Amino acid sequence: MKTKLTALAVTTALVAPAAMAQEMTIVSWGGAYSKSQLKAYHEPYSAKSGVTIINDDSSAEAVAKLRAMNEAGNVTWDVVDVVASDAMRLCDEGLAMEIDADTQLAAAPDGTSASEDFGDLLVSDCFIPQIVYSTTFGYRTDLVGDTAPSTICDVFDTDAYPGKRSLEKRPINNMEWALLCDGVAKADVYDVLATPEGQDKALAKLDTIKDDVIWWSAGADTPQLLADGEVVMGSTYNGRLFSVIEEQKQPVAMLWDAQVFDLDGWIIPAGLSDERKAQALDYIMFATDTQRLADQAKYISYGPARKSSAPLVGKHAELGIDMAPHMPTDPNNAQNTFLYNYEFWADYRDDIDAKFQAWLAK
Amino acid sequence: MAALTPISRKPMSLVLPTVAAAGGFFGLFIGTSNGSGIMGVLIGALMAVVGAVLYIFVLKNEKLGKGLTIALYGALGFWFGGLAAAIVGLLYGWFIQWFSYWLYEGRYRARLLPYLTPGQVLWHYSFRVICGAIFTFLITPILVVMPLSFNAQDFFTFTPEMLRLDPAGYSLKHYQDFFTNNEWQRSFKNSLIIAPIATVISVSLGTLAAIGLSQSHVPGRRAIMAIMISPMIVPLIISATGMFFFYSDIGNWLEGTLGMNKTFVGYVKVVLAHAVLGIPFVIITVTATLVGFDRSLTRAAANMGANPVTTFFRVQMPLILPGVISGGLFAFITSFDEVVVVLFVGSASQKTLPWQMFTGLREQISPTILAVATILVGISILLLATVELLRRRSERLRGMSPS
Repeated sequence: MKTKLTALAVTTALVAPAAMAQEMTIVSWGGAYSKSQLKAYHEPYSAKSGVTIINDDSSAEAVAKLRAMNEAGNVTWDVVDVVASDAMRLCDEGLAMEIDADTQLAAAPDGTSASEDFGDLLVSDCFIPQIVYSTTFGYRTDLVGDTAPSTICDVFDTDAYPGKRSLEKRPINNMEWALLCDGVAKADVYDVLATPEGQDKALAKLDTIKDDVIWWSAGADTPQLLADGEVVMGSTYNGRLFSVIEEQKQPVAMLWDAQVFDLDGWIIPAGLSDERKAQALDYIMFATDTQRLADQAKYISYGPARKSSAPLVGKHAELGIDMAPHMPTDPNNAQNTFLYNYEFWADYRDDIDAKFQAWLAK
Repeated sequence: MAALTPISRKPMSLVLPTVAAAGGFFGLFIGTSNGSGIMGVLIGALMAVVGAVLYIFVLKNEKLGKGLTIALYGALGFWFGGLAAAIVGLLYGWFIQWFSYWLYEGRYRARLLPYLTPGQVLWHYSFRVICGAIFTFLITPILVVMPLSFNAQDFFTFTPEMLRLDPAGYSLKHYQDFFTNNEWQRSFKNSLIIAPIATVISVSLGTLAAIGLSQSHVPGRRAIMAIMISPMIVPLIISATGMFFFYSDIGNWLEGTLGMNKTFVGYVKVVLAHAVLGIPFVIITVTATLVGFDRSLTRAAANMGANPVTTFFRVQMPLILPGVISGGLFAFITSFDEVVVVLFVGSASQKTLPWQMFTGLREQISPTILAVATILVGISILLLATVELLRRRSERLRGMSPS
């Protein structure tokens, strides 16, 4: 009898806090990026609202997991950080909730509406942009000889820069870079890539360095390979390179040429209960206001997605260096950028993926 | 050290090629890490042969030869690669000199039976070398991560400072990160909650199942047994997918109908899933111990008036305890190491240590993972050693000789 009473007491104790404990599960990418969100968004939000935030570093599988959760009727995520193309897919499949920027997001301090503040970065109805990042190349300053690489085409020049390079194991970005360095004008890249001949042309260019490529799939790979000296240059996200160069003090420098711009931001999964939906919207309203987006740039070198945040970007929280020159949006860095074409890849991704994988296996 | 066989000096035709092979083998590693494996083999073999010739024909003094060789290789190592290489050089110098004399004087024969043929002698030592090699291949990957976990940098790289054994190249910051970082602490706590509860459930259910299935009168017991151990055979990813949908429904019911706390339900789901994975291990080990269990003991107990429950706890359980404990240990390790099922069934508040290590490896290659791995290896060794000591003690108390 006594044990039964204890068991009952334990169960009640475990069941009772159901109503009181407010928890949210926020999904992101992990590593330094999640840390920047923790400092800039989660900690101030928890302090303000008393909500406990649990991190799930599952953004890499967000689309697949959300599909499975939706099918099982058990969506455990409240807010999910995804890249813009994933947000579009989720929105098309009805797995993400549509957001009205002007009523559900905070306006800029000067009163500019959110839709105007984010501008054309609002690429999908479900997507709330957070950062602008670039995929670009880093190189080992001690392994490239006297003349450091200065253009994207140096990646394809194995005579001037012998050694391994690391490229992402997918066609996106690599195909565009290959065409650019094969003499295709920037404006024509996607037109050429839409034709089978153009795709073969890009693969043929990649063929010239295939033996020297180490393929990566996780954002942490290239920094590790660069630190090891296993590659002389490699592509990765600019924030990762910033961390390698400025925080870890590795002999690495960044190539700002034909870097590919992309967006990352939040979505709210469809099918949340009203209470959880309200909670998620409250968080989004807070975490994507002008000040918060500018705050995130103190911890990682990604550009805030709001125009009104740019002037507020200050110094790195620990190193005390000015963050503005490290932003992909800085005019000096953005002299020759390459704009990623979402629509093109939405239409051609499956075909080119298959071709690319077949080429890889050859 | 009693010599079984009188020993005699061996001809140069045996000594020199063998010494050269040993030198070449070590040279291969040094050479490969410096760019050219073949050069390494040649230089290593040459140095070993020259050394052997010098000991035998010039120095003719074993002690002096030993001192000179160790000093020479140590100095070479220091010159090439600093302190760590110097230590390797010293060890190698000691080995190659010992090896040369061991062969030349025929000492390898001393402790073997006199009638063995050369082939048998060769096999005697090859066998040991093969065993040593297997052991090395098993253990080196684990040992390599340990020094890396003390890296002062945030990468999986032996930095030049570390290779020079410079204290600046080492730090405890990754251990500090593990003990102060919330994410790591929460996942560690989750593992410590989930694994023991799952173990208790698998041990209780698995032991009962094993006892039931060892009764000859249970109908279809082979089929039941096969089903019970299927989680061990079915690919984990398939079990995990199935469990995801199965436990989602149960979870929804517990939350929706019974109004239980979401976090609590999450733990229940993961614990049950892990218990299912652990049960086959318990069944198999307990069934194996039950084979040696004398059934007349339970009949004798019944004869004395003990009911089945008393019989189980007083007679059967103590005798099959070693099987139960080792089964429980496997169940614990299964749950503690499990990453696939928890990724499917759990939500972020049930994030376990392996899950955190998995995401850590993918998103941020941080040596904190290595620090955790080192701590876990330590815990595993302690755990196994404790269980083994307890088992020996209990066997000694019961007058059995430890096996």
